[in-house]
Amino acid sequence: MSVGIVGYGSYVPRRRIKLPDIARVWGADAESYERGLELHEKSVPARDEDTITMAVTAARRALKRAGIDPLTIGAVYVGSESHPYAVKPSGTVLAEALGATPAVHCADLEFACKAGSEGMFIAASLVKAGEVQHALAVGADTSQGAPGDALEYSAAAGAAAFIFGADKLVATLDAQCSFMTDTPDFWRREYMHYPRHAGRFTGEPAYFKHTLGAAKMLMEKSGTKPADFAFAVFHQPNGKFPMRAGKMLGFTTEQMQQGWLSPWLGNTYSGASPIGLTAILDIAKPGDRILMVSYGSGSGSDGFVWTVTPRIDEVRALAPHTRVLLDTNKIYVDYGTYAKLRGKIRMGE
Amino acid sequence: MREVAIVGIGLSRWGEVWDASLRSLWTEAALAALADAGVDTVDSITVGCMSPGLFVGQEHLGALLADELGMPGVPATRVESACASGGVALKAAFAEVASGMADIVLASGVEKMTDVSGDECTAALATAADAELEVFHGASFPGLYAMMARAHMERYGTTREQLAMVAVKNHKHGSMNPRAQYRQEITIKDVLRSAKVADPLNVLDCSPITDGAAAVILAELSVARKLAKGRPVVKITGIGHATDAIALHSRPDMTSIPATTKAAQRAFAMAGKGPQDVHFVELHDCFTIAEIVVLESLGLCAPGEGGKQAESGRTALGGALPVNVSGGLKSKGHPVGATGIAQMVELATQLRGQAEKRQVAKARVGLAQNMGGTGASTVVTVVEVAS
Amino acid sequence: MSLNPARVAREFPSRYRLEAAKCAGCGHVAFPARLVCPACRGTKHTAVTLDPAGKVLTFTVIHVPPAEFKGQAPYVLAVVELADGVRVTCQVADVDPAAVKTGMPVSLEFRRIQEDGEAGVIAYGHKAVPA
Repeated sequence: MSVGIVGYGSYVPRRRIKLPDIARVWGADAESYERGLELHEKSVPARDEDTITMAVTAARRALKRAGIDPLTIGAVYVGSESHPYAVKPSGTVLAEALGATPAVHCADLEFACKAGSEGMFIAASLVKAGEVQHALAVGADTSQGAPGDALEYSAAAGAAAFIFGADKLVATLDAQCSFMTDTPDFWRREYMHYPRHAGRFTGEPAYFKHTLGAAKMLMEKSGTKPADFAFAVFHQPNGKFPMRAGKMLGFTTEQMQQGWLSPWLGNTYSGASPIGLTAILDIAKPGDRILMVSYGSGSGSDGFVWTVTPRIDEVRALAPHTRVLLDTNKIYVDYGTYAKLRGKIRMGE
Repeated sequence: MREVAIVGIGLSRWGEVWDASLRSLWTEAALAALADAGVDTVDSITVGCMSPGLFVGQEHLGALLADELGMPGVPATRVESACASGGVALKAAFAEVASGMADIVLASGVEKMTDVSGDECTAALATAADAELEVFHGASFPGLYAMMARAHMERYGTTREQLAMVAVKNHKHGSMNPRAQYRQEITIKDVLRSAKVADPLNVLDCSPITDGAAAVILAELSVARKLAKGRPVVKITGIGHATDAIALHSRPDMTSIPATTKAAQRAFAMAGKGPQDVHFVELHDCFTIAEIVVLESLGLCAPGEGGKQAESGRTALGGALPVNVSGGLKSKGHPVGATGIAQMVELATQLRGQAEKRQVAKARVGLAQNMGGTGASTVVTVVEVAS
Repeated sequence: MSLNPARVAREFPSRYRLEAAKCAGCGHVAFPARLVCPACRGTKHTAVTLDPAGKVLTFTVIHVPPAEFKGQAPYVLAVVELADGVRVTCQVADVDPAAVKTGMPVSLEFRRIQEDGEAGVIAYGHKAVPA
C-alpha cells in the first residue's frame, strides 16, 4: 500500500525584524551574521500568534488541499519546542478547532528542531499500518533566543501541516529513516525561559553528523543518489548550514533553492524543513522526487523520500503558497516592538 | 393610575470624593432630598446602582442603605440596569406610588467609583457590554461608542468637530453649575488635541469617573400639593422603558438607539405629549457621539441631523432646545448608578425655577433620557409643572 | 473578565469552529447558537459552520485598552459582517490601523485572544485579518 501526503499547508507570521536591527542593539557586527550565516531577517510572532494558532491555520490550509472530512483524521501530532502549555497538549486545541474530535489519537512531540518531522514519521507509519484513515502532523514553533545570544538572530516562527493518507495522494512517501545519538549540543532545562547551546559543538559533531548520516542512510535504503532528486530540503538553522550539508552530499544549489527559506524566514525550529517542503510542493511537478532531512538537537535527523503525484496540480492553488506568505504583506518591527511582542520586557506586577 | 410628583431633590458632593464611602455619599443625597421635601420618613426606597460588588465589594444595598438612613424596616431594593440603573430605580418608585402601593417613595442612585484602580473601574463598567461577544475580544465602552461614531460620520457626514462641539457646549453649561465635577470651559481645539482613547474619540469626548449620589422623593399628587410650600409642583407625566440586544453588532443600524426611540414613544404616549412639546432635555451624553445619536433617536431632530444641533446653537442654553444645561454627564460627572436620578434633580430644579445662571427660560416641560450599555436599556421620562 | 476554564471551554464550538445555529423556522443564523431564535422566537435549530470571509462594517482603534489587552494596544476593534449576514465584534489583526477602512474585506483567523496571566488558561478564538 502506498501512503503519503494528502494535503499540506503552511503559516508564516507577517511580522519581521531585520538582522541589523538586532545587531545594533547588542553592538554586534551585523555584516558578519548576514555574510557568515546568510541570515537577513526573521519572522516574529505577534502577541496573538503561538504554536497552537499557527498550527490551526496551517492545518486548515492542509485540510482545504486534502478535501477530506476532518472526522476521518484518526491521529493528530504537534511537534514543537514552544508549546504554549508545559502540561496540556497543543494537539487537543488543534483537533477541536478542526472538528476532528473525539475519535482521534493525539500527542505533542518535542525533539528540538525535529519535532515536526517526528510527527510526520509517526503519522505516515500509522496510516501505513492501517490504524487510521488519515493522520495530521504539524511542526510549529515560536522559538526564543536569549537577548544578545547568537540564537536571537535566527529564532523565528512558522508552521507546516501535513495530512497523511493512502488515497488521493499529492506525494507518495517512498522511504523514511531516522539517525539518532545522544549529543548535548543544545537544550532547555525545565522552567528555563531560554535555551542554551554548545557553540561550535553544534556544527560538525551535531548538525552535520546527523544530517549527513540520515541522508546517506535514506539514499542507501531507497537506492537513490542526489541526481535522482528534483528537490532537496534540509533543516535550516541559518542560511549557511543546509547549503553546505547539501553540497557535501552532492546536491546542487538548484535542487535546494526552492526549499531554502531561512535567510529571509529565520529558523522556525520544528517548522524549518517541513515549511521548506511546503514551498517545494507549491511548485513541484508530478513525478518529481524530493529528499527531506530534518535535524533536532539532542540529536537526530529524520529523512524522507517523496514522489509528487499528478494530484498536486489540482490542490496547490487551494491555499496560500509558502513563498507568497514569506515574501508579501510583511510588517517590519523595530527591536523595541520585537522585545515587547516576545515578552522580553519586564512588566509591572 | 395615580398622578406622581417630585416633592424633594438632593445631591451628594460629586467628583473624586476621597473622604466619602458609598454609604455616606448616598446618605448625603438622601438626607438632602428628605430635607428638601420636608418629610422625615418614606414608605419605600429604591436604589439604582450599577456595580457595588465590583466597585466596593458590597451587594445587598437596599437593607444596608435603609439602615444607614435610620430607617431599618422600610422596604428597600437595589435595582440595576447598568448606567440606566438610576432611571430604572425612578421607574420602580414611580410604579409604587402610581399603583397605590406607597404614597411617598425615595428614589435614589449612587456609585462610588474611585475605590478601585482605573483598570478595575474599566473592567466594572465593561460588564454592561456583552462579556462573551464584545468584552472578550477587547471591547471597551469608548471603543463601542467610537464604532457608533465612525458609522454615524460615514453615513451622515457628521464631523469630528461636531463631536467636539457637544463637549464644548456641555462644559460651558457645567461652568454654570456649582455641583458639576469639571467646571472649566474647553475649546474645540482642546478636545481635538486631547489624548486618543478609541479613535475617533479622545479623552475629552468621554464622561469622567465620578463618585456621587442623587435622590428624589416621589409622592402622590395630593400629598405633593400639601408639601409644595409655595413652590411649583413638578409632575412625572410620562415614563417609558425599553431594552434591546446588548451587543452593538446585533443591531441592524449602529447609528441609532432603538431602545431610546421605543422608550420615548412610551413616555410621550403616557404624557400625551410629543417631541415638539419639550422645552429642555437632560440626556445621557456618556460620550459626545451619544448626545448626537440620542437626539435623533428621541425624535428631537431628524436622523443624521444630530451633529448640527450643538454646532447651530440650538441645544445650548438660550437656544430653541437646551440640552444638558446641568453640564450633562460630560461636565457634571457620571457616577453611573446615580445619573438617571441626577437628571430628575436637574429637571425639577429647572421647573421650579431654581437653576440660577443656567436657568432655562419658560421651562414647563422637560425630558430626561438615561441609558445603559450602548443603549440596550433606556428610560425616558417627561416631567412637567403641574397647573 | 474571568477566564474560568469551564466558562472558556463551553464557548469552544463558536470560538474554535465558528459554529452557529440556523433556525428551522425562519432560517435566521444566530451566532453563537442560542436557545431562542432572535428573529422569530423559534426553538428548533440546526448547527451550521460560518464562512470566515467578511467585511468591516465599522471599527475603532483602541489606544486605552482593558487591562487584559495592554500588551496589544493600539489595536483595531471592528464589527465584521460575515458572508451569511452574521455580525461579530472582533479585533482586526496584522494590519496598520491607519490602513483599515469600512468595507474592507477580511477573513477570520484563529488567534490567541486572552490569557489568564502567565499561569492560567489561554483563551483562543478568531480575529479578522485583511483578506
